[in-house]
Amino acid sequence: MSSARKIILGLFAALAAFGPALAEEEKKINLYFWPAYIPEELLQRFTKETGIAITLDLYDTNEALLAKLQAGATGYDVVIPSDYIVPTMVKAGLLQKIDAKAMPNGKNIADGFTAPSFDPERAYTAPYTWGTTGLVYDTAKTGGELPDSWSVFFEPGPLSGKIASLDDEVEVFNAAAYYLGIDKCTETPADAQKILDLLLKQKPDLKLYSSSATVDRVIAGEVAVHHIWNGAAHKVIAAVPTARYIYAREGVTQWADNLAIPTTAAHPDNARLFINWMMDPKNIAEVTNYAGYMNSIKGSEPYLKPELSRDASVNMPAEFADRMRPSKECSPTARELRNKVWTKLKK
Amino acid sequence: MSRSAYNPANRLRRYVQTLPAVLVIALLMGLPMVMMGFVSIVERAPDGGVHWGEFTLRAYSNFLFEESLMGGVELNTDYVTIYIRSFVLSGLTVVGTLLIAFPAALFIALQPQERRNFYIFLISIPFWVNLLVRNYAWILLLRTNGLIDQALIGSGIISEPLDLLYTDIAVAIGLIYSFLPLMVMPLYAALEKFDFSLVEAAFDLGANRIKTLFYVIIPGVRPGIVAGSILVFIPGLGAYVTPALLGGSKSMMIGNLIENQFGAARDWPFGAALSFVLLIVVALAASARILFGGKEKHL
Amino acid sequence: MSNRFQSLPWRLRGLRSATILLFAYLYLPIAVLFVYSFNGGAMATIWEGFSVRWYGEVLSSANFRAAATNSLVIALAAAGIATVLATMAALGFRGRKLGGAGLMMPFLSFPLVIPEIVTAVATLIFFISIGVPLGLVGLIAAHTVFCIPFAFLTVKARLDSMDETIERAASDLYATPLKGFYYVTLPLLWPAVMSGFLLAFIVSLDDFIISLFLAGPSSTTLPIYMFGMIRLGVTPAVNAISVVILVLSLAVVGVAALINRFNRI
Repeated sequence: MSSARKIILGLFAALAAFGPALAEEEKKINLYFWPAYIPEELLQRFTKETGIAITLDLYDTNEALLAKLQAGATGYDVVIPSDYIVPTMVKAGLLQKIDAKAMPNGKNIADGFTAPSFDPERAYTAPYTWGTTGLVYDTAKTGGELPDSWSVFFEPGPLSGKIASLDDEVEVFNAAAYYLGIDKCTETPADAQKILDLLLKQKPDLKLYSSSATVDRVIAGEVAVHHIWNGAAHKVIAAVPTARYIYAREGVTQWADNLAIPTTAAHPDNARLFINWMMDPKNIAEVTNYAGYMNSIKGSEPYLKPELSRDASVNMPAEFADRMRPSKECSPTARELRNKVWTKLKK
Repeated sequence: MSRSAYNPANRLRRYVQTLPAVLVIALLMGLPMVMMGFVSIVERAPDGGVHWGEFTLRAYSNFLFEESLMGGVELNTDYVTIYIRSFVLSGLTVVGTLLIAFPAALFIALQPQERRNFYIFLISIPFWVNLLVRNYAWILLLRTNGLIDQALIGSGIISEPLDLLYTDIAVAIGLIYSFLPLMVMPLYAALEKFDFSLVEAAFDLGANRIKTLFYVIIPGVRPGIVAGSILVFIPGLGAYVTPALLGGSKSMMIGNLIENQFGAARDWPFGAALSFVLLIVVALAASARILFGGKEKHL
Repeated sequence: MSNRFQSLPWRLRGLRSATILLFAYLYLPIAVLFVYSFNGGAMATIWEGFSVRWYGEVLSSANFRAAATNSLVIALAAAGIATVLATMAALGFRGRKLGGAGLMMPFLSFPLVIPEIVTAVATLIFFISIGVPLGLVGLIAAHTVFCIPFAFLTVKARLDSMDETIERAASDLYATPLKGFYYVTLPLLWPAVMSGFLLAFIVSLDDFIISLFLAGPSSTTLPIYMFGMIRLGVTPAVNAISVVILVLSLAVVGVAALINRFNRI
């Protein structure tokens, strides 16, 4: 018995010794990113210029990031939370102060992004890219232009069965809220019921819910209309000239993704270096060129591919500015209602 | 061996040999299940995580009841519906795999020995193919204008794409594919031991093939059928990657529901409770084997 | 026994065609994936000529290589530890019934009958509550657990069918138990230990759900990497990645099967 325990203890001692050895401070950083959000060549250039090696892990929702950090995943150095989740993460003590504006490249932060409501001092986050959540469609498949309204999505008529929705609780709920003119953070059960009714009515018209392979799905002609993030829409439009992006008149979510350093980062100094490096217009421009999302850094325009500024899905025409609805974190009550709607929609 | 078996020192040595494996599973599998049970009865923290030490049965009552709009409590069938869907889907997968696997297992059991081993090896191969790779291959085949559409349109059998992907048929194809080897193996093992002179006798006595199948073969290999069904049913209950990738994610499975509690819902205790309920169901299913499969000894 | 009933498959008509259909069903996706991974075109399912360019692209990606390394490290460590523990246990259970064996043996198969999602949730909660950081070490520990049954059942099956006469002869010739084990039992058992290890190795290599829940910094495994790639779409690069994972698994199964075959001879 006692030697069995020794074996077990020895095993754990060996494992424990193995742990710190792997996490020792060195010239490296661990990024925890959304998929397809940073080109591999840019990472290689960072390593070449700074001597800091990069490892890249991926997550697919802000909530997954939140859960991972809360679950005690220590050692991620740079993460990329969206606007609405930032205050929650700050409140939970998951992010450390970085004072982005005081960084050497902090002066490059574009006007309008220096004091966002989710982080007014830019104390915890530096801007990365911003975008919108709208609809993309192929005029060749829809038989012409469609109105700039969520009605295309919620009351498709003849396009029934040729529509795909993002498989994302927040985005789906928000789209329905805009269309119905309801506050997306509503705490009123009756409002939530109306949203659920709309989504249930729409469900038979949808071919599927999916947040992945969106670009490929439209290009391959599997669907005619796709609920989509605008960077993906740009990739569709680049491949299919007949494709269009819709800024619905009822309102479109405008979101902003940000670089931040978790409290439990293993290489915080390298992480700061990386964030500062990413606020260099030349570097962040490569992200925009690759991912199709506009960045929030002054002076990156000369480095952008010309087709980006020509594409209305990336370079938003000024006339649509009043359709923007910044995304925000809802109260626990509102979130619970939203999650109930989602579960009832998919039960 | 026998000489030293009475030696107490030898007994101790044998315990020392067996205990590490048992302890590792107890420590890293048993204890986590206990912890999961514990987390399912504590209060949630609103943004995910838990408040240790504040006990509540909220997670379990949420499984069945909800506050109505008027503030009263009413029965909530959402979660039960999702559980039932997973059960039905898993049950249908059992039926599907059984129907496909039985004739093949019977055929293989009637082959000469060397050929049998080779067939069985071939059937086991797809089981070792990665879950995502398997599903991805079916996406290539089933998607609109995918390879099945191309082949059928090319040969003039159909003129419009079939639109198979993101349908229940696609989910069935994917799930049955994943679990077929788990059904073939126990069926084959039972059929291999089966005395086929009984079948000859039945034929000689004038029984037709259907009667022979239902009155001679199936009763004779019942333990194999029960074992295969359980081997397919249990992992089928937890399956959610295949329904999500091939089914278009229109309805949740137990797996999605649980995962969602650690994602958008930020309700870990409820996720733990949902897992715990599933664990109990699995334990019941496993004990069903003892109830219905216990006839093996009489054969 | 079979020769007497050679006529039976023919009397039970349809069995042969059913079996052929089953094999077509099982191998069609694998064949298609394999063929289309050599497609030179930019679309995954439209054939445009033979090329290995997508393999070049995949294999030269630093992220892919990091994921492959993680997968191999985890699988080697987990399958290695699991095989040692499982072999020791199987040897311990051998011979006269050990008190408590009736309880302990089914316990070793316990991980096989739990749906993966439940294991993933429970282990995550366990790691959080005792403060194990998510990452490679935790993944190795979790993989070790579900690898144990595969190694244990393989080794135990071999031990059950092994003839004890030779070992007894060694002991009668005054070989010490240790020498007897080293020179007699182990060589006889070795093929089963190896194939048990290899099965555990693939099971670890292929695991997705548990790894996804427990992954930490720089511990992305091949299946998680592939999941990220599928999110981007059905592309020729994903075809190539799938085939790399496929070939890796099948090569390991093949070797395990070969070892088992020699074992029998």
